[in-house]
Amino acid sequence: MADQAPAIELRGISKAFGPVQANKDISISVMPGTIHGIIGENGAGKSTLMSILYGFYKADAGEIFINGQKTDIPDSQAAIAAGIGMVFQHFKLVQNFTVLENIILGAEDGGLLKPSLAKARKTLLELEKEYELNADPDAVIEDIGVGKQQRVEILKALYRQAEILILDEPTGVLTPAEADQLFRILHRLKDEGKTIILITHKLREIMDATDTVSVMRRGEMTATVKTYETNPENLAELMVGRKVLLQIDKAPAKPGETVLDIENLHVVDQAGVERVKGISLNVRAGEIVGVAGVAGNGQSELMEVLGGMRPGTGSVQLKGQPLPLSGLGSDGQARRQQGIAHVPEDRQREGLIMDFYAWENVAFGYHHNPEYQRNRLLMDNAALRADTERKIEKFDVRPANGWLTAKNFSGGNQQKIVVAREIESEPELLLIGQPTRGVDVGAIEFIHRQIVALRDAGKAVLLVSVELDEILSLSDRIAVMFDGHIMGERLPGETDEKELGLLMAGMNGEAA
Amino acid sequence: MDKMPGWADAVLVPLISLVLAAILSALVILGIGEDPIAAVKLMVSGALGSTYGWGYTLYYATNFMFTGLGFAVAFRAAMFNIGGEGQAMLGGLGVAIVCLVIPWPHWTLALLGAMAAGMLFGALWAAIPAYLQAKHGSHIVITTIMFNLIGAAVLNYMLVNVMRPKGSMDPATRRFDETTNLPTFQDMFSTADAVVFRGAPANVTFFIAILACVLVWLLIWRTRLGYEIRAFGHSETGALYAGISPFKIIMIAMLISGGLSGLMAINNVMGEAERLVLNATEGAGFIGIAVALMGRNHPFGVFVAAILFGFLYQGGAELALWTNIPRELIVVIQALVILFTGALDNMVRMPLERIFLRLRKGAS
Repeated sequence: MADQAPAIELRGISKAFGPVQANKDISISVMPGTIHGIIGENGAGKSTLMSILYGFYKADAGEIFINGQKTDIPDSQAAIAAGIGMVFQHFKLVQNFTVLENIILGAEDGGLLKPSLAKARKTLLELEKEYELNADPDAVIEDIGVGKQQRVEILKALYRQAEILILDEPTGVLTPAEADQLFRILHRLKDEGKTIILITHKLREIMDATDTVSVMRRGEMTATVKTYETNPENLAELMVGRKVLLQIDKAPAKPGETVLDIENLHVVDQAGVERVKGISLNVRAGEIVGVAGVAGNGQSELMEVLGGMRPGTGSVQLKGQPLPLSGLGSDGQARRQQGIAHVPEDRQREGLIMDFYAWENVAFGYHHNPEYQRNRLLMDNAALRADTERKIEKFDVRPANGWLTAKNFSGGNQQKIVVAREIESEPELLLIGQPTRGVDVGAIEFIHRQIVALRDAGKAVLLVSVELDEILSLSDRIAVMFDGHIMGERLPGETDEKELGLLMAGMNGEAA
Repeated sequence: MDKMPGWADAVLVPLISLVLAAILSALVILGIGEDPIAAVKLMVSGALGSTYGWGYTLYYATNFMFTGLGFAVAFRAAMFNIGGEGQAMLGGLGVAIVCLVIPWPHWTLALLGAMAAGMLFGALWAAIPAYLQAKHGSHIVITTIMFNLIGAAVLNYMLVNVMRPKGSMDPATRRFDETTNLPTFQDMFSTADAVVFRGAPANVTFFIAILACVLVWLLIWRTRLGYEIRAFGHSETGALYAGISPFKIIMIAMLISGGLSGLMAINNVMGEAERLVLNATEGAGFIGIAVALMGRNHPFGVFVAAILFGFLYQGGAELALWTNIPRELIVVIQALVILFTGALDNMVRMPLERIFLRLRKGAS
């Protein structure tokens, strides 16, 4: 291996977007037949680096060597020609095409489809056999699960004779079992001599799957180490630049009276599809109830009904008072008045107005509060700005400037603004969806502590997250949702990822 | 960080667009064998060189302020209301009805009544497309432009069949009573020694337009309603999250928008013509769109842009009167200004952003 050329070598790659230096003098080399992890906080420059490698961006400086050859990659065609394949976080598949059609899309041999399809089918079946990646060539994409869809993406890259595979946050949409399967596939590919670059923010995946790992922070590569020589705490420290508590310290819950009581809730979406199919759940004061599940199994709709964003049917009571689920008194304003605060799953489309200043966002949803009014007609912007300063200070929002628009803050600081606004409204019940999605490790720790502090103050918290680690470490009780049903409730001390994973996949714990 | 300082976005971009439009217009004038410098001189002296010229410039500007503000308010709620023309027409109908039917004792009362009627008719004309959008998702651009045509037909019918005095061949109402006539700038500013603004149509409604700019500014930036309108305009899902009713915001923003366009009628119908004639709006509803876009949908920007377009209108009329430059070329020049300041905005903005980024990098 010593005199073998690296499959990929980057030397001194730099890229700036205006004043932002996204990549600063980055050099790595990845040996063939290895799995190399790249880990870093949001905005650390991982995606930019991979986009340069795949020809989406042109580096300001630096060189790329593929198998020892200096290679220019001006566009993605050149990347494919150089043997680089990319599996994006959001799949790029045509939903109503078959697997086979998706695979040859853009790689057809000629004007006529039939001969290429026949040829492709043969190659595809050979590939599937070689790498044990079974997928029915004639299945339509929208009918197969996300795990399978991801496999099609991998096959697509292999069909284009990729020797180097880049996977961007591949496990975000997978159940733990599906993720395990993916890693088995990756190991198999590695054994066949492929080189794999795995981009993720999950420390555990890095530890489980990779041979070497590079850590990025603020556009720089802070370290490249052999995976077996490091540990999660060490990596987290390298990512954030300081010691981080990965496990949240919390006292046992002291649950009080029932705050939220959901009985037989149904939700039908705009398209007429039933998303929530008669669930019952309660949350007590001083308790965090976590709802686990793969994205798209009704958790979002559950939160949206409780937050007043869409109608539902059934019975929901807040401290014994019935909550209207449609029509008058069921909107977000009414919910806030009843003491329900809501940190939505999508802070950029829902929780914040990205073009508003931070201080305007601090009133968002609470703009009718008396303390923000100067008189009956006008709002008191000065009071609002003073309140914003206080919240920025208390929640350590950076930069500490209320006159920046929301889009100018990082994901973590945007989330801090939302969390500050909702927690400081002193709610009876906090709905919090994906509290740390796209949030850097340092801010995750902070946000988790705030949630636990609210619980300790005797408030009820309903948490929805697709991150099992987060559910396990925060919740006092866990409910698992699958296909609009609650598959079961578990106590975090008495369950593990495996059992929850089975529930998330729709299999009852006892049966497995 | 934002890419450019705010002043560059608000002032520099429109200014450069304007210069580009002027250069292109000069080339066109050269191309038909006329002297562009002489043309500019004539426009400036015609529109700004005398109180008479100013009287016309500000009269036109008043029209554009109302329609520009109307467009801007709807735009803040992400509603592209291009029905300002029809709403202003219907406003004219409302103003004419109150001026003709009610025997007003004094112009101040008549003005208040006419304002209410103009706003009401304009708002109602906007309410139907607004309701269709809010309840059924019928696209506001399509419905408002159709309502312009329907409005013109309604006015045509009313003037020809209902409001035309017996025996008149002219599809127009009779002249309003003298007690409804608004004081013009000539009445207001002439002294015993000097008559100024002689014969020019600018009148007291100019000050109402300024007041409207201030009130719209207060509404958008200082009230809860304005906050909700802006929030909805930026993100409909966000508004839903905050408990802001999309139906309410679409309706209210469009009612205010139509009301402001309808209010224009106190200037052109009551202040200038003193009767309702066919096509009284003369396209001011459409110019209002350009005015609002150039003014960044900000009331103060609308004020400045309206005066600029007032100048173009009056200067253009002078050109047509005194030179061989045909009337159509004036439309070309106005169109170029609209094209550059409205549609081709990014063509100027992007290079400018790049320059600013380079400057900043050089400095840091």
